[in-house]
Amino acid sequence: MGMQDAAAVVGVGATRYYKRGQSLPQTPLELAGTAMLAALADAGLTVDDVDGLALYSMGLGGDTSLFAQVMGIPEVRFTATLTGGGGGSAGSVGLAAAAIHAGMATTVVSLMTLQQAASRFGTSYAPRGRPGAQYSAPPSPEKDFTSPSGLMGPGQMFAVLAMRHMHEYGTRREHFAEVAISTRANAIRRETSLMTAPLTLDDYFNARMIAEPLCLYDFCLECDGAVAVVTTSLERARDLRHPPVRIRASAHGGHGRWGQAITWMNMPDEYFASSGHRPVAQRLWAMAGMTAADVDVALLYDHFSPMVILQLEDYGFCPIGEGGPFVADGNIRHGTGTVPVNTHGGNLSEAYIIGMTHVKEAVEQLRGTAVNQVDGAEVALVTGGPASIPTSALLLTR
Amino acid sequence: MTADEPMAKLSPAELIALTPDVFTAPFWDAARDHRLVVPRCTACATYRFPPSAFCFVCRSQAVEWVEQPGRGVLYSYTVAWHPLLPEVHDAVPYVPAVVELPDTGGVRLIANLVEVRPSEVRIGMDLELVWRDVHPDVTVATFRPAAR
Repeated sequence: MGMQDAAAVVGVGATRYYKRGQSLPQTPLELAGTAMLAALADAGLTVDDVDGLALYSMGLGGDTSLFAQVMGIPEVRFTATLTGGGGGSAGSVGLAAAAIHAGMATTVVSLMTLQQAASRFGTSYAPRGRPGAQYSAPPSPEKDFTSPSGLMGPGQMFAVLAMRHMHEYGTRREHFAEVAISTRANAIRRETSLMTAPLTLDDYFNARMIAEPLCLYDFCLECDGAVAVVTTSLERARDLRHPPVRIRASAHGGHGRWGQAITWMNMPDEYFASSGHRPVAQRLWAMAGMTAADVDVALLYDHFSPMVILQLEDYGFCPIGEGGPFVADGNIRHGTGTVPVNTHGGNLSEAYIIGMTHVKEAVEQLRGTAVNQVDGAEVALVTGGPASIPTSALLLTR
Repeated sequence: MTADEPMAKLSPAELIALTPDVFTAPFWDAARDHRLVVPRCTACATYRFPPSAFCFVCRSQAVEWVEQPGRGVLYSYTVAWHPLLPEVHDAVPYVPAVVELPDTGGVRLIANLVEVRPSEVRIGMDLELVWRDVHPDVTVATFRPAAR
């Protein structure tokens, strides 16, 4: 028996979102604790109820041991981290559901904390680390084959995938612009958003080029902040503050030969110009007994605008190669589109907390309390970052 | 292309340092002698890149190093216009490229394109190898448009 509908998300909470460095003098652990307390309060629970942590990347702003000690978690019965980086955001909640389904824990917190004061994600593959550079890949024999070219940031690397997609399918910068512009339109109606000015096509094409074909507005924001998500059994969830948001399905991983993806560039030609999500998507739909046609709102990890288009293809919202025209036709707009995408303003325009804001928005959509509410939303898709494996996905239902 | 469009530059030498291991060292040793070699599985003839401990098809560890003629086809690229570090402030624009080696089952190198203007770069263009001696101990591959 699978874990379908065994668990539910019952609480979401966040700190304020800050531009990079502006959360100082708060510490990363303080941001993490603040977000967890907010999420527990939202659920109607306390730290005394927490017995598990299901994480990804560097989620706690520290280690479980220190976090549990400082926050006074009575007993930790489950603590695990999905390997990899931002690819695991949605999957960390799936990990929580798996732990609950297995009986290892009852109430599990997933969390992401980001504070980019000392180092920036944007140069995380730079040849030399800096003092205090938390987000910097160390030298390695594999990196020797990348760094001499001057590829040193995720944006430059995803630009290479985007360029190939343009070559293979005729995707254009106007298509990337539609992702950035529609996401901004969602953000400006939210008081949590860091970007509040409307974005026009002229603004987009007048912006400075960072790494062709990606200009300034194709990049996500650089932020500080924390977001926490509380998961418990569906049975227990029925007694809590909000109607349960069921975890219908979750999957993570990817083709082994997708591998390190953007840092090795030797993925098979068949899916080089993809988001890496294709096998994860297929398993998600199989587990859920659903397809893209069932989705009312999609929260797709948007570190770089082209990757939203590639995920729309990999999840089957449109055929492979047709993501550009699909967004250009208005399909991802809130209010009028067939599948509103990133109704919270995404990583591009609300805040970049490595994908956890997407989980929070999905929960609010299914509760019917979202700022940019999709009428009657019953099924929400959340994805983790297109990245080295694992990528991940989460399908939530009302 | 505009009249004053700059030629593509090179990633700065000061940022290039290598940390080879036993599996990658033969590649870099050959590069220092201006020879491009790629490991091929002696059991199943699959090329693999970067060099690594096992064949990803048959898991054999035995390899032979096959010298390549130094031709390539541009698979994809970006043009770095914004310097991400102070050290590359004077190095933009430069063109990190993914270059497929013919007759290797799709092995791709990541290298700078040189002797080309960014607006002239096209996926699918034929390229030829130009060795760049960065330091006495370090040589890396770059590529330029192939002579017609």
